[in-house]
Amino acid sequence: MEIRELEKKANDVRLRLIEAVHSAKCGHPGGALSSADIITYLYFQEMNIDPKNPDKDDRDRFVLSKGHSAPALYAALAYRGYFPVEDLISLRHTGSYLQGHPDMKQTPGIDMSTGSLGQGISAACGMAVGLRHKGYSSRVFCLMGDGELEEGEAWEAFMFAGYRKLDNLIVIVDNNDLQIDGHLDEVCSPYPLVEKFEAFNFNVLTVDGNDMAAVADVFEKAKGLSGKPVAIIAKTVKGKGVSFMENDASWHGKAPNDEEFEVAMQDLERLGEKIG
Amino acid sequence: MTKNSKWRCRIWKGWAKKLDNTKKIATRESYGKTLLELGREHEDIMVLDADLAASTKTSVFRKEFPDRHINCGIAESNMMGVAAGLATCGFVPFVSSFAMFATARPYEQIRNSIAYPHLNVKICASHAGLSVGEDGATHQCIEDIALMNFMPGMTVISPSDDIEACAAVRAAYAIKGPVYMRLGRLAVPVINTDPSYKFELGKGVKLRDGSDVTLIATGLEVAYAVEAAEMLKAAGISASVINIHTIKPIDRDIIVSEAAKTSKIVTIEEHSTMGGLGSSVADVLCEEGTGARLLKIGVDNCFGESGPALELLHKFGLDAEGITASVRKWLGK
Repeated sequence: MEIRELEKKANDVRLRLIEAVHSAKCGHPGGALSSADIITYLYFQEMNIDPKNPDKDDRDRFVLSKGHSAPALYAALAYRGYFPVEDLISLRHTGSYLQGHPDMKQTPGIDMSTGSLGQGISAACGMAVGLRHKGYSSRVFCLMGDGELEEGEAWEAFMFAGYRKLDNLIVIVDNNDLQIDGHLDEVCSPYPLVEKFEAFNFNVLTVDGNDMAAVADVFEKAKGLSGKPVAIIAKTVKGKGVSFMENDASWHGKAPNDEEFEVAMQDLERLGEKIG
Repeated sequence: MTKNSKWRCRIWKGWAKKLDNTKKIATRESYGKTLLELGREHEDIMVLDADLAASTKTSVFRKEFPDRHINCGIAESNMMGVAAGLATCGFVPFVSSFAMFATARPYEQIRNSIAYPHLNVKICASHAGLSVGEDGATHQCIEDIALMNFMPGMTVISPSDDIEACAAVRAAYAIKGPVYMRLGRLAVPVINTDPSYKFELGKGVKLRDGSDVTLIATGLEVAYAVEAAEMLKAAGISASVINIHTIKPIDRDIIVSEAAKTSKIVTIEEHSTMGGLGSSVADVLCEEGTGARLLKIGVDNCFGESGPALELLHKFGLDAEGITASVRKWLGK
């Protein structure tokens, strides 16, 4: 897929996730918007997956360890053909198969149930070990929040992955620098990230996670690395694409009201037109 | 468990021999040897440990299948997630540590990464209960059954001896979905020597029939319950003895049937009196409207302490003597 098409797709993902969160009257738009480009790239370009055969044993896996960004993942899965795009607005509604956080038993295309921070990365490590044991060249992509790195379990998992040289594991940190209570530096900073991952025996790459061409480059670079798991520190903007949500921690976990929703949709539609 | 299913009545007649003279094997040993057999039969078995392979007895599996044994280091929370990830790829992970570190510490990991997606992970924990002994209260898990009972979809098994534990490990592999199995450090008498013994998940085992009171025990307390029944007999009290190896789903029929007969039920477990066997039996007695009275013998709202296992079981009233005294006091006989 051309970069421009991927950008367009990511913008569509943003539009649909804002609609879904607005429809739910709650949810987590900020981190979903910051990670939309990465999730779109993975599902439309990078991963070896087949929506018609979602359980294919040797497929690549994606674990959304920052499970609260589910609206972005659901929108990408819907556009990729796992379920109808129209269903996205059922997000968080009673009886919907689109739960507040990803549920592998209910939603087609979800490889692991997540939502409790720090846990998805451990499951991703288990997948990486298992797929390697089976002799597959499959890879496991795990998207984590930067605030999530404050969870101790994350570092247990990194130690495990580094020690076992799980080079089929790619951890992407959605480094939007904000968590619920404010900037990472104001809460309990996990920085410096590059040095920490290197110390845990990872190959580390950095990228502007909201620049699709750069995202494409970094995943290409990751393919050339071996012998260690890869950590991609993706610098992103929380709320990316919606003017009043950008870089504002208060949009971590609330839905836009009707007026805000109109502005958000206009913002994104304008961005879509700009992409062409 | 259907309400109408028939439980099989098995009365072990060979109890004349004192327990002191019977062969003793720790159920963790049974686990280790059965895991090795299963590993030879099934390539999808992966064994995970947290730096305790020598104690949980998974070391025998590791020796023969080093590439299917994953030592996760002293990081139990991550271990549970790794097991979950392996299960999503079609493996059947057996996860081991001490009961304290396999249930209480990674509780939320088990809940959200294993039980919630109902993944096929078998948590087989050794060193449960006071019989850990000298290590003391920090290592004596007296709440593991309760914690695992709370998990929707979790099967909870607490075998009484070597024969039962070996069968239970095979049964755990055979069913799909998460299983918790409680294993012990202490060598315990082999009691299920009846040639007709057959492990049936969710079915209680009647070891002795009586008419005055019913002793319902689990794990190593089953042997003590049988011994206590002998002592009660000497005091003119006729006691039934039921072994409940599957605490969840529990055998409702056998409990209701005993309640109808003796209307006096005693539960015995090397575990907190809250949330474990006693509470599960209490639920059945009330829900089924049996009207039976209940005495719960176990660790009553306190922690354990250091000491040799047998001395601790005596001190906490969990050996045959202690059980007998509690039952006699309760019955006023």
